[in-house]
Order: sequence, then structure tokens, then C-alpha cells
Amino acid sequence: MTTPSSPTPAGPPGAAPAQGRPERAQQAGAGTWTAAGDPVIEARGLTKAYGTGAPALVDVSLTVRAGEAVAIVGPSGSGKSTLLNLIAGLDRPTAGSVTVGGERIDQMSETASARYRRAGVGMVFQFFNLLDDLTVLDNILLPAQLAGLDRARARQRAADLLGYLGIARHAAAYPGRLSGGERQRVAVARALMNSPAVLLADEPTGALDRGAARDVQQLLVDLGREGLTIVLVTHDIALARACATRTVELVDGAVARDVLVSRGLTPTGDTPFTGPTALTGHAGITGGTAAAGDGAVAR
Amino acid sequence: MRLGSGRAAATRKVVLGGLGRRRAQTAVLVATVLTAVTASLLATGLLVGSSAPFDRAFSQQHGAHLTAEVDAAKATAAQLAATTRLAGVAATAGPFPMTTVHADLADAPGAAGPDLPPLAVVGRDDRAGPVDRVSLVDGSWVDRPGEIVLAASLDFRVPTGTRLVVRDLPGSPELTVVGIARSTSRTADAWVTSAQLSALTAAGGQAGYEMLYRLDEAGTAAAVHAGQDAVEDALPDGAVTATRSYLDLRRDANAVSAAYVPFVAAFGVLGLAMSTLIISIVVSGAVGAARWRIGVLKSLGFTPGQVVTAYAAQTLAPAAVGVGLGVLLGNLLAVPVLADQADAYGGPDPTIPLWVDAAVTAGALALVAGAAVASARRAGRMRTVEAISLGRAPRAGRGRLARRLAGRLPLPRPVSLGLANPFARPARAAVLAAAVGLGALGVTFAVGLGTTLTMIQKENGGESPAAVAVHLGHAGGEPGGGQREAAPGEAPGPGGGPAGPETVTVDPAAVAAAVAAQPGTASYYGLAQTRLGVRGMVGAADVSALTGDPAVAARRLITGRWLAAPGEAVADTRLLRAAGARVGDQITVTDAGRAATVLVVGEVFDGNDDANLLTMSSSLSGLRLDLAPEEFGVDLAPGTDLTSYLQAAEDALAPLGADAEANEGDESTVIVAMISLITTLTLMIVVVAVLGVLNTVVLDTRERVHDLGVFKALGMTPRQTIVMVVTSVAGIGAVAGLVGVPLGIGLHHAVVPLMGDAITTGMPAAYIDVYGSPALAALAVGGLVIAAAGAMLPATWAAGTRTATALRTE
Repeated sequence: MTTPSSPTPAGPPGAAPAQGRPERAQQAGAGTWTAAGDPVIEARGLTKAYGTGAPALVDVSLTVRAGEAVAIVGPSGSGKSTLLNLIAGLDRPTAGSVTVGGERIDQMSETASARYRRAGVGMVFQFFNLLDDLTVLDNILLPAQLAGLDRARARQRAADLLGYLGIARHAAAYPGRLSGGERQRVAVARALMNSPAVLLADEPTGALDRGAARDVQQLLVDLGREGLTIVLVTHDIALARACATRTVELVDGAVARDVLVSRGLTPTGDTPFTGPTALTGHAGITGGTAAAGDGAVAR
Repeated sequence: MRLGSGRAAATRKVVLGGLGRRRAQTAVLVATVLTAVTASLLATGLLVGSSAPFDRAFSQQHGAHLTAEVDAAKATAAQLAATTRLAGVAATAGPFPMTTVHADLADAPGAAGPDLPPLAVVGRDDRAGPVDRVSLVDGSWVDRPGEIVLAASLDFRVPTGTRLVVRDLPGSPELTVVGIARSTSRTADAWVTSAQLSALTAAGGQAGYEMLYRLDEAGTAAAVHAGQDAVEDALPDGAVTATRSYLDLRRDANAVSAAYVPFVAAFGVLGLAMSTLIISIVVSGAVGAARWRIGVLKSLGFTPGQVVTAYAAQTLAPAAVGVGLGVLLGNLLAVPVLADQADAYGGPDPTIPLWVDAAVTAGALALVAGAAVASARRAGRMRTVEAISLGRAPRAGRGRLARRLAGRLPLPRPVSLGLANPFARPARAAVLAAAVGLGALGVTFAVGLGTTLTMIQKENGGESPAAVAVHLGHAGGEPGGGQREAAPGEAPGPGGGPAGPETVTVDPAAVAAAVAAQPGTASYYGLAQTRLGVRGMVGAADVSALTGDPAVAARRLITGRWLAAPGEAVADTRLLRAAGARVGDQITVTDAGRAATVLVVGEVFDGNDDANLLTMSSSLSGLRLDLAPEEFGVDLAPGTDLTSYLQAAEDALAPLGADAEANEGDESTVIVAMISLITTLTLMIVVVAVLGVLNTVVLDTRERVHDLGVFKALGMTPRQTIVMVVTSVAGIGAVAGLVGVPLGIGLHHAVVPLMGDAITTGMPAAYIDVYGSPALAALAVGGLVIAAAGAMLPATWAAGTRTATALRTE
């Protein structure tokens, strides 16, 4: 995997963009991102109910610190994706609060919430959620275009990401022609386009065959090692062990376990990624040092 | 049997379930069909129903297909009687002697207005006969000399028993009105006995004959013309002085409603076209949206026929409601228009014939069914696996090039995404463009019509464009005499006149002098009106005799120029056509055996239903008529304050028995009704276009809701979402609007002359070229506005949809 060569220091929203990195959104929502180890995501007493049935989440509290790679695990219907949606601002909690980068996500207007997603988080979905009518390049450019960023810089950033993720030859292709692993790489590139402080991944290997899943897993490990804060929802224990510095298990909508783990358990035995940190835009965040969140139970 | 019932029940449940789920589409269907049926029914109904009163009365009276006036000096009664045996002549009545008399009221000044117009009097002892069986409206038929029956079609009414006096004949013979009668063929203004007619003729009036014909073939103008040629050929050259076809009368009788037909028919065609387009969008959208459901139904055992039936029925049910409401509304809107015809011919108020209701209903339902079945057949033919697997998403791959190219445009991404969206569904986009284009066309057409009618209303409400109108008081028994009206504060007497018996004689010359002397008067004209015969034309024409400056009375011309000197005249289209004359020809006006010739220098626009001629009074001096002005029109000098002028004029004129007022003209109820109807139909067309857009955007948004969720997850704000959704139809709307505007202008230019033709008038170019630059600029964005209005609601819905919900929706 080739990587760009210009490391870019992290900076607060609105700061002058470093070379090769699109300016972080100047909109409200992202808040002032904190240094490594500081809390980035703080969920307090989160409850989410749909209709009159049993709530999907019940009084969940969780703190994610900068540079952590947290895997949310649990059986189907345990509330993993719901928790991720609340952190992403895709949905609103029935009760409780979510603060990301010092901003209350759960109280944001739709507009502020959209701006937060543009600038603060990148999302990777199980089924990629790529737009079939757009080329790979156009899919990747989309977040930057929605943010109204400079075209030339956005295209340069996209080109860097395409090269970094090894999919440059597919830039003009449509997603439907790519393999599952390649599509997920495109999705990751799109998620990283605006240099988010947090990467949210919902079952990123759930729709992939084993080879492709391993490929994506390695990618996430690499990103985590670069210091990108990652919240990963998965029921794939191997993925969680490989990528996460911490594992939070949900059962019936509540936190059952919160465990610190050692990252670097690459199932393939590959050498952990140690290259430059140009792509995440969060240099200086070192992996493997995060503490457990509130109410963590180390077992 | 039970199996069949079960299938029917299953299909019924599918139909009802579909209707319940798609309320917006159901509402769009109802509104669309309602508009189309209303306009179509109104157009057809007016076309067919408006002729009914004339046709019924004409048939009952064995009306004359051809009326001929013959110069008694050139043809004898025997020669005329011989025409009965001409080939093609089915029946005749006459020859009846005829003449023109000037009668006044012998008693009770003021009962019938200042002057009675000249009367074309026919000597006829029997109102029955093979042709023109005149029906009595009141009183009895003439039985002896000294009696007269007046036509119900006259502009004035006097009660039976009223005595008329013919003062300009020796001995001033008196005639007593014994009855009021109606001739559908309009063969006379009045009837007397043959003996009385001879007495009137012997006393100095000019004698002529009237001959009435029913023809074997009279269905077309050509057939009637052939009969006319046969009669003229059978008589000495120049004996026939005038002829009239019943078809002209029929057209005149239906003129008002006929004037509605061209534009209502245009709206009807627009409505039908939009219905077809929108129904195809709705049904194909319903089928597309229900593809997965169709797959499930087919997997459960629904046959293709049942699927087609179910989806066609989902369309036909609301369409039937729309048809029913449209028939009701169309009939209601036709009532006031058709009632005008009933007034002219008696009998019950006409209505739209039932067969028209039935035909329009059947046609509309057939159209809907055709469009619905054509679209539903797609659903029937769809393979079950394909239907289930494809779901509702548009076929992948469509519109990619457009998206790629749009993405390179220097536009915000939501805009470029929206602009490219229609290319994913090109057929739907094309139909939507057509619907919006038709909407824009309708609006353009309606704006033009409204402008034309408003101009006509504004310019023709009064006798002239003069700033001030001076009216002389009501006349007494003498021509030119008058009775003073009640002054302000004075208790009115019976009929609105002053309570006291005080009567002043109005001197037109004195009034003219006062008007001329009034400070602020720039120029003025005096106007006297009478009815005179026109050589070559059956019946009399309204003649306006001007004194003073004729330029003040100048009205909108179709061709030629306004009259400027004695001996010149302008005439309306009706007169020119009836007399077979053109601008540049000489026309001879006649009265009581005297004639005067004028040169027609212009064709003037006149929307009234009588032939009109305007000339200087001095042009008619050969007729030896008393043409003292009855009113004056005044142009003010620049800078003159109208209010002050009116106040001063009132002070000067009141003692003379005249009054002055701003010449604002009267409002035509017909034009007001037309503008109201145009507004209603246009609103309906626009609503249908907007609903069509709304329905399409709803379909698109539902189909692409998952993509919408992705966009929102990537940071698309609600405002950007609205922009993207609105832009997805705005581009189409803008282009379709730009295409619709010239088409609407073309339609207006085609329809307005037809409306004029219906009331027998040409149209001045100024009434056709009504689209100014500001109006065109506004109309150019009409399609965009329609599209944006239709897209706004679903766009707002899309913007408000929770991202997680949209992402979950597959």
C-alpha cells in the first residue's frame, strides 16, 4: 500500500488547512477537537425506543477518547447500530445525551447535524451505501462537494485517498463493477474525505467474503494506528480484536461489558502499519493507550 | 363459482388497498380528470347546446331558410310568386309588401325612450302559412287597418294598446299596438294588414316585397347560396335588393356562447392532453412503486390479467369520481351562458344535452382506461422474480453520463445532482416536461386572453374614448325634446324622475354651445343614433351620426382609418359582411325611399350584435332625418383636472337639461363572465400541472429515499436536500416553460380571431399582439414556478425525513 508523504497535523475547525488536506468544515457541529486521550464522544443515559416495543437502547453511557478504537459488539438486535446512529446524529435518542467534540449532537437542528456529519465524522456502512449512479471518484468527492470545499483541493485529496487505498485505477468506474472489498475501500475513502475526527463503521466487513474482510480489517487497523478515533460496530470478534483498543458489548440495549484490549492482533500476522499519517489528518494520536470509558468493566 | 368470487374479492382487496395507500396519486387523478372533463364538456355542450333554442324555435315556426327583399319597381308580385316553383324550393311565403316607417308614441311621453327607431313593416294578414309561422307573445294578430303587431326582438317594449303615430306621412296616420310576436327568421320589425301597408305606401313610403323560402337543401351556406342564386336568376336583374340566410341568424343567435367555444375547447384539449399524460405518470408510477408488491401477488397466484385489472381499476375508480364531478361542474358552468339563448327564443332554459354528458363521460373513461391498461400491462407482463428482486429502484445505469457531466458544472453539488436526476427516468421526465409545458402553455394562453378581453372591455365600454360624456335629459314626445332628471336631494317621482311636473325642453344646440364654451374643452363630438336600411343587407343597421370633431369618437380599427370628413364612414365587420362591402367601397343607406351614399374608409371593431355604421350627420342630409345629438363626448385640454371640469360642466349644463360625467363606460357582463371562466379553467390547469409535478416528485423521492439517506448521512443539509429535489424538476420545468410560452402565444393568436368570428367581427392587431416584454419575461419562468411549486412539498418531506429512517428504507 502506498501512502502520501505529507503528514498533516490536526487542528481545530476553521484552522488553516494543511497541505493535501481539505479544510475542515467551518460549520458548527464538529466542535473543538481534543488532543489524544481527551474525551471525544460522551454518551449519557442514552435510551432509544421505537414505537411501543422494547427499547433498542436503555440508559447507555459511554465515553470515547481521542485515538481510541472502540468496537461495539453484541448479538443481533442488541442496539449496536442504534448507538452508532445516535453518535452519528442520524437519529435522536428518546432520552439521554450525546456530546461529540463538546457539541450536543442530540439537540442539534437537522442542518447543524448535517454539518456535524460533514465535518466531524466519517461513516462506513455494512452495505457500503455508495451511489451507483456516481463514479468512484464522484462518490468520494461528494462529502467535500456538499461542504462546498475548493474543487481543486478536493480532487487532490480524493486522488491521494484513491492512491492510499489502492483503488486509483477504479476512479472512473461505477461502484457496481467493483468487488465488495473494493467498494468498502471506496466507502472508507469517502468517509475520510473531509478528514473527520471520528470514523464510525457499522459492520464494515459484514457483507464481504473472507479475503475482502481481511483486507478491510487491515485498513481499519492502519487507520487506528494513525491515531484516528474509530467506533466500530461489529459482531465479528476477530475484527474487534484486531482493530479495537477497547471493546464494548451490548446486550438487550444495555452495556454488558467494557473491556480494554491490546491492538495489533492482526489475524493475518501482517506487520502493523507504521507509515505516515497523512490520510486521517490526525497525526500525534498514538494507538494502544486509551483508557476504558465510564463504567468500564475490565474482565 | 366460489373460486371466481374468491378471485374477485382478492382483486378488490388489492384495488382498495392500493387506493388507500396512494391518497396523493388518487387526489391527482381526480383533479386531473375533473379539469379535463369540465372543460371538454363545457366546450362541447356550448357548441351543441347553444344552438338548441334557435333550432327548436326555427323548426316550430318553419322558419325561412332564405329571406329576400325585392325592389317592387323591378319585379312584380307574379314574378315573385313564380319562384315558388323553382327547383330546390320546398315552400314559400309571400310576396309580402313592406316599407319602412318612422313612428313615434302618440301619448305618454317617455314611455318608450326618446325616439322609436325606424320600423321595417311588413303587410301580412295571416301569421300562419307554410313558412315563418310567427308566434304571438302577447295580444292578438292584426285584423284590420290601424293595428300593428311589434316584433319581440325589438330593442324597446311597449304594452299592447299603445298608439303610434307616423308623423312624417301625410295625415300622420295612427297605429295601435295589438300584439307582440316573435319571428325566429326575423322577417319584420312590425306587421300590419296588407291594406294598412298599402295605405302607408300610398301615403309616400317606398314599396318593396319580402319573399320567404324554405329550401330542400339548406344544411350548408353553399346550399343556401345556391337557392339564393336560383331566386336571383329567376327575377329581373337588380330586383333582389337584399338576402339573408338563416345560417347567419343562427350564428348571430349563438354568438355569445359561440364566442366561448374556441377558448373553452382549447382548454378542453389542454385538459385532455394533460389528463392522458398525468394518468400515464400516475399509473406507471403506481406500478413502479408496487413492483415488489406485484411480484408477491404473482407469486401468490395472481394472473397477469388480474394484475392488469387491479391496477387499471385503481386508476378508473378515482377517474370515475373525477368524471362525475367534471360533468356536474361543466353543466353548472354552462347554465348562465346558455340562458342567454333562452331569453331570445322563449321556452325552457337550454341545458347541455344528455348525449353530450354521456359521450364526454364515455370518452374520458375510455381515455383513462386506455392509459391505465397500457401502463398496467407492464405490471402484468413482469416476471415474478424480476419484480421481487428489482424492488422500486430505477434501473441502474440510466443517467450516469448526465450525472457525470452535471458534476463537472460549476454549480453547487445539490444543484448538479438534481439537474441530472431526470435522466434516470427519461420517459417519466419527458411526460412531466409535457405536462409542465402544457401548464405553461395554458397560463400563457390565459394571460393573453385575459389581456385581450380586458382591452376590449376597457376600450369598448362606452361610445368612444372621450374623457367626458355629456348626456341630454330623457326625451319627451318630441325628437330632441327631453325631461329633466331629478336633481340631487330632490325627491324622485315614479320612474326616477323629479317629483314635480317640471319639464324642460333640451336644446342640443345650446348644450353643444355650453360644452364648447366650457374651459378645458379641447374638442368634442355630438352623437345621434338611429336605425337605417343598408342596400344589400336585410334588416336595419345601427347608424351613429356625428357632429363636431369625429376624431374624438375614434375607436379601435381593424383596417383602414377613422372618418375625417363628411361623406366618409366607418363600419363594423357585421355590416360589411352583411352588405357584401369592404373598406374602400361605397355604401348606400336608405330610409323611407330616400338614400345617402357614404365611402367606407375603415372597419371598426364592435363587439355588439348589431350592424353598425358611423358617419358625420351631414353625410346623411339626403335622408332628411332629425339627427340632433343625444349625447356629446368631450376631450379635455392637457392639464385639465377632470373633477374640476365635471363640476363646472355640471353647473353649466344642468340648467340646460344635460349632465356630464366621466366616460368610464359600462362593464360587459359577458366579458366579465369569460374572464371568470378563463381564470377558473386556468387555475384548474395549473393545479393539475402542479399536482402532476408533485406526484412525480413523490414517486421519485420514494424511489430514491435510500440515496437520500446516504446524502444526508454524508452531510447534506435540509436546505441542500430541498434544493436538490426542487432542482430535479426545475430544469425540466424551465425548459418546458420556455417551450410552452410560444405555443401558448400561438394558440392565443389562433383562438382570438375565432372568438371574433363567432360574434362576426374581425380583430384589431392590437387585441392579438398583447404580449409585452414584461409579461413574456414573467411567463418565461411559468414552467419553473409550476415545477418548483409542485416539488416543494415532497422536497420539504425529503428534507425532514430522519436519516436513519431513510437509510433503513430499501
